[in-house]
Amino acid sequence: MTIKDSRRSKLIYTIAAWTISGMIFFPILWTLITSFKTEAEAISASPSLYAFDWTLENYRDVLSRSPYFTHFWNSVVISLGSSLLGLLIAVPAAWSMAFVQTKKTKHLLMWMLSTKMLPPVGVLIPIYLLFRDFALLDTKLGLVIVMTLINLPIMVWMLYTYFREIPNEILEASRMDGATIGEEIFHVLLPIALPGIASTLLLNVILSWNEAFWTLILTAANAAPLTAFIASYSSPEGLFYAKLSAASAMAIVPILILGWFSQKQLVRGLSFGAVK
Amino acid sequence: MKNKLIMLACGFISMGAAAKETITIATVNNGDMITMKELSSDFTRQNPDIDLKWVTLEENILRQRVTTDVATKGGQYDVMTIGTYEVPIWGKQNWLKELDNLGENYDLDDLIPAIRSGLTINDKLYAAPFYGESSMVMYRTDLMEKAGLTMPKAPTWDFIRKAAKAMTDKKEGVYGLCLRGKAGWGENVALITSMANSFGARWFDENWKPQFNTPEWENTLQYYVDVMKESGPAGSSANGFNENLALFQTGKCGIWIDATVAGAFVTNKKDSEVADKVGFALAPDNGLGKRGNWLWSWTLAVPASSKKPDAAMKFISWATSKEYTQLVADKKGWAKVPPGTRKSLYNNQKYMDAAPFAQITLDSIQSADPKNPTVKPVPYVGIQFVAIPEFQGIGTAVGQQFSAALTGQMTVKQALSTSQHLVERTMRKARYPK
Repeated sequence: MTIKDSRRSKLIYTIAAWTISGMIFFPILWTLITSFKTEAEAISASPSLYAFDWTLENYRDVLSRSPYFTHFWNSVVISLGSSLLGLLIAVPAAWSMAFVQTKKTKHLLMWMLSTKMLPPVGVLIPIYLLFRDFALLDTKLGLVIVMTLINLPIMVWMLYTYFREIPNEILEASRMDGATIGEEIFHVLLPIALPGIASTLLLNVILSWNEAFWTLILTAANAAPLTAFIASYSSPEGLFYAKLSAASAMAIVPILILGWFSQKQLVRGLSFGAVK
Repeated sequence: MKNKLIMLACGFISMGAAAKETITIATVNNGDMITMKELSSDFTRQNPDIDLKWVTLEENILRQRVTTDVATKGGQYDVMTIGTYEVPIWGKQNWLKELDNLGENYDLDDLIPAIRSGLTINDKLYAAPFYGESSMVMYRTDLMEKAGLTMPKAPTWDFIRKAAKAMTDKKEGVYGLCLRGKAGWGENVALITSMANSFGARWFDENWKPQFNTPEWENTLQYYVDVMKESGPAGSSANGFNENLALFQTGKCGIWIDATVAGAFVTNKKDSEVADKVGFALAPDNGLGKRGNWLWSWTLAVPASSKKPDAAMKFISWATSKEYTQLVADKKGWAKVPPGTRKSLYNNQKYMDAAPFAQITLDSIQSADPKNPTVKPVPYVGIQFVAIPEFQGIGTAVGQQFSAALTGQMTVKQALSTSQHLVERTMRKARYPK
């Protein structure tokens, strides 16, 4: 391949990457733009990207009508809480599967993943009844538990894949030096696997932040996160697109910023994790 | 002595705190409900021992949530916003508390009979109407004049077709008729079932046998498909209330047949480009004695699982009272008052002057009869729906067939034949046919 060909293919790949990125990002951009329009402009038959009267009216309305910061705080507690609790369970589980394998380990991993294949609505009634009986309905603790359980298979899979990349000899050496299992995990395994653990944590924060089935069903007024905040701005009778866009923007911006700052870890997590 | 006084004060404070109740209200994000939430400080001022917590959601999500909660006796909500479809089904299941404590001044007899009857089972009221609606014809007076036609107060479907054709100017992006096309039991099925009633069709005969294989249904669906092909906007199979509202408000529709609540939106100068060029008429008929208008109300009810039914009923009494109507009028203006529930509102000249669609709304609601929705007798209650638990499923499945007929993916006969089969199957499984 000549230098000219190489440049050409690089240019084609660059254009393709920007085009695909633009297509993926366009709905978010459109949501952001619509959030600064009036309702009448939002439904205009000839919509404009920038030539309209920019207004903050929708943000003002949304902030005055809903307790945004309560929803935001609930989202933070639920997503961070479930991700941290999930890590506490997933790290030892993945350690045992990666380093103390049995004949059934692979089956166990597949079975764990298969629980993700069940449509959530299939277990709605049993989970709802359990939550009712344990007084967990509309509590952040209840949501932390359910989010942890939902994302646990992915966490175990991701961590398992990371741990498998770590040479067993390193852990064996620590054992030779008399390390207990706890010391082996905390002082040897975790420092080496820290980037993988960070990406697992970040991905699960994002998954929990965006989850919109259980967070809508199991909450009411006290533990409702930002997904419920967004859902309150859609209406069957009446125009709502601009306000819904403002609410959506307010809900996604924090996680977009988090994703932006942690994209390196995320990309590594996705390319080396369970979806490799 | 000082310590005793402090203890006494603490005791009073804790008694006060214990006596205070918090009720959770689940509602939809419609303009009238948002106003109710805004003005609810009036209720808490009158009832300092009751706190309110609000859960506002999109209609389908709300329906899913409150249904799960009421069916499992979860007790998350004390007041639920539900529609006329749910009330008879849930009332019969004993999932709702009877509203028997709305206060002496509530004036139950002031409720519009058609609305009240849909919320009453065995003479017991299970939900109080917050706002009611029917459907009507909204049309552009300027385009009608340009077409050389005059809209009668009570048009026929033939006239609507003729007028729509005359008003259509596809080059200018003006379409004569906008109707719901989006598939769903609350979307195109609501409109087409109401239309079908005026064509003499019905969902079931007296023995719960589906009736989609009758000429009445074929006439209805053929008319709908033909008129939309002639005069409807492109992509109308994706249009629901909001999409058609947007088209009408931006001057793209000549005639729009939909909920009476839209009257306030299309005449609102802030959002509507055609606010001063809108006329109203009753939903069309075919000379068979039934008009193609529906009946719906958003109501407030107390689930049987509520632990604070007295406080919940107090709130419902406040939100659906004549005094609340006056409060909205004082704070927001008469045009913003929740319509369609009380006779006294329509005897109020100030309201009639502020809402040019008020008389048509009242006439439409009063002419609707959920117990005798169509020309022939039926075993069910409901005009644009059939008040049975299976209807959400079969309604949406049938709506998908109607939508496919509209897009041309299947013929009218195929759509009706498929509808007949799938409804027959569901009803047989549910052991309805006698």
